[in-house]
Amino acid sequence: MTEYNFAYLDEQTKRMIRRAILKGLAIPGYQVPFASREMPMPYGWGTGGVQVSAAVLTPEDTFKVIDQGADDTTNAVSIRSFFQRTAGVATTTSTSDATVIQTRHRIPEEPLHEGQILVYQVPIPEPLRFLEPRESETRKMHSLEEYGLMHVKLYEDISRHGHIATSYAYPVKVEGRYVMDPSPIPKFDNPKLGDMAAIQLFGAGREQRIYALPPYTKVVSLDFEDHPFEASKADHPCGMCGATDSYLDEVIIDDAGGRMFVCSDTDYCEARQAAGHMGKDNGGKDAA
Amino acid sequence: MQANTLSGGFVDPAIGSAHAFRSVMEAMARPGTIQNIEGAAPPAPLSPAMGAVLLTLCDTETPVYLAGDLDCKAVREWLSFHTGAPFVGPAHCMFAVGAWDALAPLTVYPIGTSEYPDRSATLIVKCSELAASGATLTGPGIKDKATLSLPDVDAFQANRSLFPLGLDFILTSGDRIAALPRSTDVSGSSSEAAAHKGAS
Repeated sequence: MTEYNFAYLDEQTKRMIRRAILKGLAIPGYQVPFASREMPMPYGWGTGGVQVSAAVLTPEDTFKVIDQGADDTTNAVSIRSFFQRTAGVATTTSTSDATVIQTRHRIPEEPLHEGQILVYQVPIPEPLRFLEPRESETRKMHSLEEYGLMHVKLYEDISRHGHIATSYAYPVKVEGRYVMDPSPIPKFDNPKLGDMAAIQLFGAGREQRIYALPPYTKVVSLDFEDHPFEASKADHPCGMCGATDSYLDEVIIDDAGGRMFVCSDTDYCEARQAAGHMGKDNGGKDAA
Repeated sequence: MQANTLSGGFVDPAIGSAHAFRSVMEAMARPGTIQNIEGAAPPAPLSPAMGAVLLTLCDTETPVYLAGDLDCKAVREWLSFHTGAPFVGPAHCMFAVGAWDALAPLTVYPIGTSEYPDRSATLIVKCSELAASGATLTGPGIKDKATLSLPDVDAFQANRSLFPLGLDFILTSGDRIAALPRSTDVSGSSSEAAAHKGAS
C-alpha cells in the first residue's frame, strides 16, 4: 500500500474529479466533462467508475463491486482487489454491509439505504449519441431541452415491433429537465433509479463524463400515454433460489438446448438460499 | 510570511481530504443536512470548515475570490502555500469565500452557460450559525422537506429560477457545513430574511 498514493490517483486528479462530482450533484442528470486519466486497465473495463470510486473512498469504507449483478466475475474481482491494495479498504459481497458499491450494468435487488454510494460504470454517457453523432449538436440539444428525436426513436420501435423494444440503457428524464442514460442497466432496474436513498454517481472514463443523481431525485422513464413504460424480466422464478421478483440471467446448461434462469444478483440469490429458499433446479419446492 | 502560514493543513493530505470531501458531498447531495468537517486549522478569519473545504477542492486550476475581510495577508499567504490557487475578482472565480453580505451582489459571479452549466461559481459562505430551522427546502436530495437557517430567501429563489444555470452554495459555521445547490426550492423565511425584507 505504501507504493501508491491513497486510492491510486494523485491528489490533484482527485480534486478535479471531486469538483466534477459536486457540480454533477447540483445539476442532476447533466454530464460534467472531466479530464479522465489513464488507469491500469483498458477502457471499457470500468475506468470511469474506478476514478469516481477513487475520489470518494475513505479508509473506513467497505467496498463492493458487481458486474452484471455478480460479485465473482473477472471485472468485479479485479476492481475489488485493486482498491484493497491501493486504498486498504475492507471489501464485501454483501449489499447491505457495503458503503460504496461500484456496479457494471445492474442495481442490486436489495434496496439501498442512506449512507451508501452507488458508482456506475458507463460506456456511452450520451443518450442521444446513436441518434446524433456530433457532440456539438447533442450538447446544443441538451441546452435547448430538444428531446423530440428520442421520442421519435421510441415511436419507431413501436411502429416496427408493436412495443418499445429498448430493453437496456433505457433513457430517463431527471427532475423534468435532462434526459439521461442510466448506463446499460436492464429496464427492469429503471424504477429503482428514482427516489433512491443512496447517492448515485456515474463515471464514463473513455468519454470523460461524470454525472449524478442525488438521493430522492425524480427520475421518469420516457414513454407514451398509450404505450406506458414497463419494467420487464424473464417470466420465470429463479432456478436456484425460487425468487420471482429478481432480474434473471438465462444460462445454457447442456448441448441439448437445456437452460435455466438464475438471479443475476449473486448476493441476493445466495442470501435467499442460505435462508432456506430453494428453486426447482436446486432441489427446492419454492418453484412457482 | 507569518509562522502559521505553513501549518494548519491536513495532517495526512490524502486521508484528510478524502474525509472532508465525503462531508462536502453528503452536504451537497442532501441539502439541509448539517455535516461536521475537520482537519484544517487555517488562520482567522477563515473558519476550520472554510479551510477544510478550500484545501479539499482548490488548487492551481481554481481561481478563488476572497470577499470582504477575508481578503487579508494571512488568508492569502495560507491559501497560496497550501493550494496554490490564483486570486481573482468575483467575475472570474470558481470559488468565492466570504460572509454573506461581503459576497453580495450575486449577479457578478459566473453562472455557467446553457451548454456548460457546470462552469459556474461555488460560493463558500461564512454564517454566524447553522441550524435545522428556518427556510423550507424541497427538491433533489431531500426526501420530503428539510429546514435550514439561511442568510436570505429571495436570493436563493432567484438563483433557483436560473436552473440549470446558477450558483451553488456551501454554508459554513465553525467546523460545520451545509450546502444549497441550485436545484433546491426555497420557501418560507428565516428571521434574518424577514428582517431583511422589512428593511427594504
